[in-house]
Amino acid sequence: MSIKKVNPEQPKTFEFNEKTKNIAQEILKKYPEKNKKSAVMPLLYLAQKQNNNWIPLAAIKYISKYLSMPYISVYEVATFYSMFNLSPVGKYFIQVCTTTPCMIRGADKIVKVCKEKISDKENQISKNGECSWTEVECLGACVNAPMMQINNDYYEDLDEKSTAKIIDSIFKDKLLKPGSYRGRKNTSPENVKTINGTEHA
Amino acid sequence: MAQNMLKKENKIFKNLYNNLGWEIDKAIERDDWKDTKEIISKGKDWIINEVKTSELRGRGGAGFSTGMKWSFAPKKIGSRPHYLVINADESEPGTCKDRDILRFEPQKLIEGCLIAGYATGAHVCYIYIRGEYSFEGQRLQDAIDQAYKRSFLGKNACGSGWDFDIHIHYGAGAYICGEETALLESIEGNKGQPRLKPPFPALVGLYGCPTIVNNVETIAVVPTILRRGGKWFASLGRPKNTGTKIFCISGNVNSPCNVEEEMGIPLKELINTYAGGVVGGWDNLQAVIPGGSSMPLLPKKICETIKMDFDSLIENKSGLGTAGIVVINKDQDIVSCMARIARFYKHESCGQCTPCREGSGWMWRILNRATKGETTLSDIDLLEDVTKQIEGHTICAFGEGSAWPVQGLLRHFRKEVDKKCSNDPLIKKKKDVPYLIDQHLLEKKNA
Repeated sequence: MSIKKVNPEQPKTFEFNEKTKNIAQEILKKYPEKNKKSAVMPLLYLAQKQNNNWIPLAAIKYISKYLSMPYISVYEVATFYSMFNLSPVGKYFIQVCTTTPCMIRGADKIVKVCKEKISDKENQISKNGECSWTEVECLGACVNAPMMQINNDYYEDLDEKSTAKIIDSIFKDKLLKPGSYRGRKNTSPENVKTINGTEHA
Repeated sequence: MAQNMLKKENKIFKNLYNNLGWEIDKAIERDDWKDTKEIISKGKDWIINEVKTSELRGRGGAGFSTGMKWSFAPKKIGSRPHYLVINADESEPGTCKDRDILRFEPQKLIEGCLIAGYATGAHVCYIYIRGEYSFEGQRLQDAIDQAYKRSFLGKNACGSGWDFDIHIHYGAGAYICGEETALLESIEGNKGQPRLKPPFPALVGLYGCPTIVNNVETIAVVPTILRRGGKWFASLGRPKNTGTKIFCISGNVNSPCNVEEEMGIPLKELINTYAGGVVGGWDNLQAVIPGGSSMPLLPKKICETIKMDFDSLIENKSGLGTAGIVVINKDQDIVSCMARIARFYKHESCGQCTPCREGSGWMWRILNRATKGETTLSDIDLLEDVTKQIEGHTICAFGEGSAWPVQGLLRHFRKEVDKKCSNDPLIKKKKDVPYLIDQHLLEKKNA
């Protein structure tokens, strides 16, 4: 189970803005009329997106009213799933995968670079307030290990050098492109030209 | 080149690396959506029978017969609607095959959804994608929109007379939601904690309605099976372990990759032909996790000859699982590799059943101490006992999934683990003292 820290400083009120409200209405249409509760996870995502990538308690209260759910049920969901941030994270949020397949290909080096460049501890926002990092469990890109996720994008086939380059690009506010940093195409094998009789790039 | 390689014409996922383009018109060139209307017009029984003939087994880990699963759905739709749910919550360490299907072969999945939905009587399908795959989810949504535009989905989907809608639901970083009933709980808007079975989802599933839950890869191969015939699929691989499979080869290999191959291909060939061999040569191999982190690892001796299919691996006390192959060479400390896996399970346990919630922590702490050389020999016996206490005493298969890798470690690498036990036992037994007497009372100053 993941341990969640609720931020001590909380805004008093929270409300969806017009744009978010429209998206929320679209989401509700996906589920049967009497099962509105199903929309709780998508709505938490919306709240997180609207509020600089973290969910304040006021938003949990707002969503519980929005879906006519008990407050505790929404709180339960928000604390159970690791992707809902209950305290602020950096504008660029780096998640480094350190589970075994990444670990044996050197994820500890990526963590070391993050510690040196961003902050000593996980979930600590860097001095210029742009960036924070954390270790996470398997992100499902094991063939491209080691890798990390920055906001929504996957950065794959990393080493110390390329990680440092990517983090430097964050500080310049010009984030480099996601994808493989060893120049290979997706999950194809390097050095093997043909597979099952077909060539692949 | 080796002889039992998959032939070009038998390949199902032709665009695994996106050399050909993922868009719908490119997919149609690759024969997706060909004769879908005719296939559906042959009726439910024909479809289910053909899938049974193909002997297709679920690709999500358990390896249950897909045709059989579909036939469990009630024949007639009663007052409760039927649902189809696709499990794209790919979180098993070592596995990244569904990601490529979602990114590069989405039309295969969408077409499979329509056919499976028709065969099981479902008008609505939810695809549950893990939250981290936001790019993949966006790509799938684009593909779904393209399919709607061509009337392959929606009212009278593909001219079949069957109404069919697909919705995407994102997870939020919980491994346990890959378990089918936890996944259903999550769609319903609850914490992802598995349900007791029976009743099985086929009768009481999403919103209490009959629901069929299938893995992405399982559904994505169905259209090709129906176009080319169940017998064609059954002719690949070996009996009861038929067809092709996407293998993900990661870890200490020279070129880690995803590759589609026939079931039953020897592991050694798979690693040497596609993944460029083990780093430091084959002799540098220490162990292989053959099917995602839940499956017990195999030592080098077994890796020499083992064939990659369900039954061969079960014979060797492991399993095919998701076919996520993690290669570990001799440069790695095997105990710390498994300690990290134990930490994964400690982190991901949903906390519902005590043996798993507490036991996963016990296993991690003992293994962690073992990596530092702070354990005693009796600790290792305790560790083995803990794995037995978890296995079979939990609601879902997570208990087995967390206990098996540790059992595998103790089965094959007991010597390496014992070498780490440098500490003396905490309680030294004194000779000639009856066991039940409190030892401190025997010492004079305490008396």
